[in-house]
Amino acid sequence: MNRKTGLKMMAVSMLALFSLLLLAACNKKEEQPANTMSQEAAPAPAATPIDPATVATVNGTVKFDGTAPKPSKIDMSQDPACKGMNEAENIVVADGDLANVFVYVKDGLGSRTFDVPKDAVVLDQQGCKYHPHMLGVMAGQTVQIKNDDMTTHNIHPTPKDNREWNESQPPSSPAIEKNFAREEIMLPVKCNQHPWMKMYINVVKSPFFAVTDKSGKYEIKGLPPGDYTIAFVQEKLGEQDQKVTVGPKETKTVDQSFKAAAE
Amino acid sequence: MRFCGLPSNAALIKSVVWSSGLGQPAQPAPNAGLSRARDPRGNTLKAIPTTYNRAHHIFAVFTACAAFVVITAGALVTSNDAGLSVPDWPTSFGYLVKVPHFVGGIRYEWSHRMVAGTLVTLTLTIAIWTLLVERRRWLRWLAVAAFCTVIAQAILGGLTVLFFQPPAVSTAHATVAQTFFCIAVAIALFTGRKWVEEQPRVEFDQRRPSLSTLALLSIFVMYVQLILGGMFRHHGMSWWPHVVNAVIVAFVLAWTAIRALSVYSQIEAIRRPAIMMLSLLIAQLCLGFTAFLTRVAWGKDAVQPELPMVAATVAHVAVGALLLATTVVLAIQVWRHVPVAFAEPIPQGQRDASAA
Repeated sequence: MNRKTGLKMMAVSMLALFSLLLLAACNKKEEQPANTMSQEAAPAPAATPIDPATVATVNGTVKFDGTAPKPSKIDMSQDPACKGMNEAENIVVADGDLANVFVYVKDGLGSRTFDVPKDAVVLDQQGCKYHPHMLGVMAGQTVQIKNDDMTTHNIHPTPKDNREWNESQPPSSPAIEKNFAREEIMLPVKCNQHPWMKMYINVVKSPFFAVTDKSGKYEIKGLPPGDYTIAFVQEKLGEQDQKVTVGPKETKTVDQSFKAAAE
Repeated sequence: MRFCGLPSNAALIKSVVWSSGLGQPAQPAPNAGLSRARDPRGNTLKAIPTTYNRAHHIFAVFTACAAFVVITAGALVTSNDAGLSVPDWPTSFGYLVKVPHFVGGIRYEWSHRMVAGTLVTLTLTIAIWTLLVERRRWLRWLAVAAFCTVIAQAILGGLTVLFFQPPAVSTAHATVAQTFFCIAVAIALFTGRKWVEEQPRVEFDQRRPSLSTLALLSIFVMYVQLILGGMFRHHGMSWWPHVVNAVIVAFVLAWTAIRALSVYSQIEAIRRPAIMMLSLLIAQLCLGFTAFLTRVAWGKDAVQPELPMVAATVAHVAVGALLLATTVVLAIQVWRHVPVAFAEPIPQGQRDASAA
């Protein structure tokens, strides 16, 4: 093989490789049905029966101790379709009451198992923000994700223990339905198109959880009598635990307060 | 012990040492019109006549500039946390070139993909053009290597999207990008009029460590810095290894540039990249400090990427790429103009160095 032939062959090979890549790129990727993909969860064991006549309730208020930080402003100007409240929700305090704290029974339930609710939990994207900002869900429970904005979002959870995924959702497209198989607290979800869009999903094994509302209040109902550890988790302020003992039909108030994180 | 092993006659050096390598004067000397020549020791040497091809060179420069644009666009993607705003690859929202709704992070990611695609086409063109017109075999291979690198780079870009930006893959993507930029700059340098037509002015380097060693060491520490910076930016590592290594990089690069300027400032091909290297190093240190302040010190709780952080980081990446390419150019010019003089023991009883 002389030099010219070699050069020609090399040039042709490079062209062929390039064409192959181009061809691969031109093939439109099969879109996965938006509402069918979910993480495979193992079949749930039968739920441990709870006597409804003896169940207790834990409720309370979560406070912010000290001067609340000013909410950070969000600049949504990069997408004209984004309109709404331009404040971050990482620490939401009103009159000392702390919202968006995830409260759940961390310990004390032993080997009890619980039925996974058939109803889906809705996560809505509206005004280029997630509603709610803090979400609790049982492992295996369906999360229905909607887009009520006139712009495309991508939903991108970045879990540690569950499977990561990233899907775009154009305006007026069907809801995306997903579930998370494993327990995971503070699983971040973000939109890479609108970098201020962040929220957290908390995946737990029991139905005993709640998220504090704007007045810092929460309520966990239907708890069997026993000794428990209640965990209060806030995305910036961390986790605080309290031990509590509840008797049959008892309603116990467990308040909690968070101090501003040290600078 | 005497310095020998290389004849002291510069013209002879050119024919003996560099006739088939990078430093070969592509335009044969007037008295070397033969395609083959013999040196006094009987080695048969090839002399490949090459002429300056202006269009080819301009295209090579254009390709290098395009690579710089792609690196800057990539830095914009990472700084705006927009890497996964287009979830599919190699298509973008199912299409190859259809313009999506051009808002938010999509603007950065989609633009990055488009300029990167253009760069692949440019690289393919320069590679084929080089294969067809270039007579220096090593340069033809370099052009092929450039094409392979840009393809590897595209695949790494795809993997980083499909596997949700694993720090190692994203860092490899950033590092290979700068490697490609250096190759493109080198091709532009080798096809330039000066490289093709000038008779290199040669001075031997008898200092230790040699300037050549220092230049290579500079490239090495910059690559380490590139990896550490990439790992930090892609959340695979803390910031401090990058900052600590910055001190080492500053020291090695300053040493290299000062050595080049203090000893070989009369050689323009050495002086110019050395001055540029020193200037870029100062700029890069300032930008690095600003990027640290805006990202780590002030911006750690930012709810979204803020303009000062984005501007400082993108400039830091862009100047870093220029600094690496300048160091590579310096290393090449040092290799061409300041060869290392080897010390060899002279056999006893022989006073004639050429006999060694």
